[in-house]
Amino acid sequence: MNLPGNYRGSSFIEFLKADHPDLVPDFGSHDWSSVQMMHGTTVLALVYQDGAIMAGDRLATEGHAVGTRDIEKVFRIDDSCCMGIAGAAGPAVEMVRMFGLELEHFQKLEGHTLTYEGKANRLSFLIRQNLPAAMQGLVVMPLFAGFDADKGRARIYKFDVTGGRFAETDYYSTGSGGKDARSSLKKSFRPTGMTLGVAIEAAIEALIDAADEDTATGGFDLARGIYPTCKLMTKSGVEDVPPEELLRARETVLARREI
Amino acid sequence: MGTPFYVSPEQMYQDRAEYARKGIAKGRPIVAIDNAEGIVIMAENRSAGLRKIAEIYDCIAFSAVGKFDEYENLRKHGVRAADLRGFSFSREDVVAANLANDYSTLLGTIFTREMKPYEVEILVCEVNPERNSYFQILYDGTITDRRHYASVGGDSDEIHKVLQERWKEGMSLAEAVQLARDALTRSNNGSGTLDEECLEVAVLDSRRDGRKFRRLVRDEVRGLLGA
Repeated sequence: MNLPGNYRGSSFIEFLKADHPDLVPDFGSHDWSSVQMMHGTTVLALVYQDGAIMAGDRLATEGHAVGTRDIEKVFRIDDSCCMGIAGAAGPAVEMVRMFGLELEHFQKLEGHTLTYEGKANRLSFLIRQNLPAAMQGLVVMPLFAGFDADKGRARIYKFDVTGGRFAETDYYSTGSGGKDARSSLKKSFRPTGMTLGVAIEAAIEALIDAADEDTATGGFDLARGIYPTCKLMTKSGVEDVPPEELLRARETVLARREI
Repeated sequence: MGTPFYVSPEQMYQDRAEYARKGIAKGRPIVAIDNAEGIVIMAENRSAGLRKIAEIYDCIAFSAVGKFDEYENLRKHGVRAADLRGFSFSREDVVAANLANDYSTLLGTIFTREMKPYEVEILVCEVNPERNSYFQILYDGTITDRRHYASVGGDSDEIHKVLQERWKEGMSLAEAVQLARDALTRSNNGSGTLDEECLEVAVLDSRRDGRKFRRLVRDEVRGLLGA
């Protein structure tokens, strides 16, 4: 007997489309241009000697107003990779959820994880799916980074709105403050010998620069104890950088600049 | 057109049940046991590629004996159903009882409606801080809720004798692994010895965050058996 459902493959999204089309997120059929909604601002990633770091500020804007002061924009997707989001927060968070589930679903059905390349391709596909919504004003700009166990090194992928997956970079940043953060990383990044401490300082400095120049990027909110999100991806997995370490990096950066 | 032969429901049921039982009897058993760290599930499996034990969701594991293609289809159905439920509601809303019911309905329907019944026996385990669950589902959809330990396939009377005698509340993972091995060995007494190098062992580790399913690699199993 055939079990319920028509779909027999290993992709969760394809499964939804085939057997539960009503549950497929559809942001593309409305014009959102006149609607105020949450927007995430700056996320960045860089490679250092033992892996990769991904960091993001915590501010979400709603038009010119503060939407949320403590939004998370850097998400752990599985044991080896993270996704950072900038742009329309609603569809972006949905994309994170879908991407995580897609990788988990594949792993459970097939009994092994997708290759790093395979994961990046799935994300590219998700972004392309969002194209109709992007044309209606819901642009999502993800950043993907992780430790590729097969290659034995960390890798970062950047994407454009069409899902185009572009040459890997050693550092990148996206979102409203992305350009400022990138300019900062360009000066501090070293292709070799970057230790963890130095890499965290570079990430924090880039976020401070972005917050300086871009009104939509938040900084350290010392009064409320809200600090940037910062995650490490190494061969032993994904972990959060503790707040004390972020504060230390901030002190170092500010002292260097004599602020 | 000839008149179809009349077969009484009792006769039909008996024939099919016998057919299914014969198929299942060829497989080697699986045991699952409560321990201080969660649940340990063990099967003897000579294949490294074709698994008998697998992850369904955060706290739920699947294991089965019988015909591989049939239980593999049921396993995949379970993963799809669980992921769909978690996606449309929340991860906490995915529970073993629901999945076990689903399997029971499916197997019951297949048993009465199809040409041939599925030759499988399924065990759905769920780790929970209050009470672990074991649902055993037979080829005809019969579902049984077990406590503390459960098994499918093999000589279930012998296995249960061992488990009943030696299972203790709060036993360590190593003790549970050794008990599982001894139960499987006892079941095998009629058909040869247990090959300790061919054990497939997985745990639902209640100490882990999120997805609690983990396979134990051969060295770990060796260590726990020797401990």
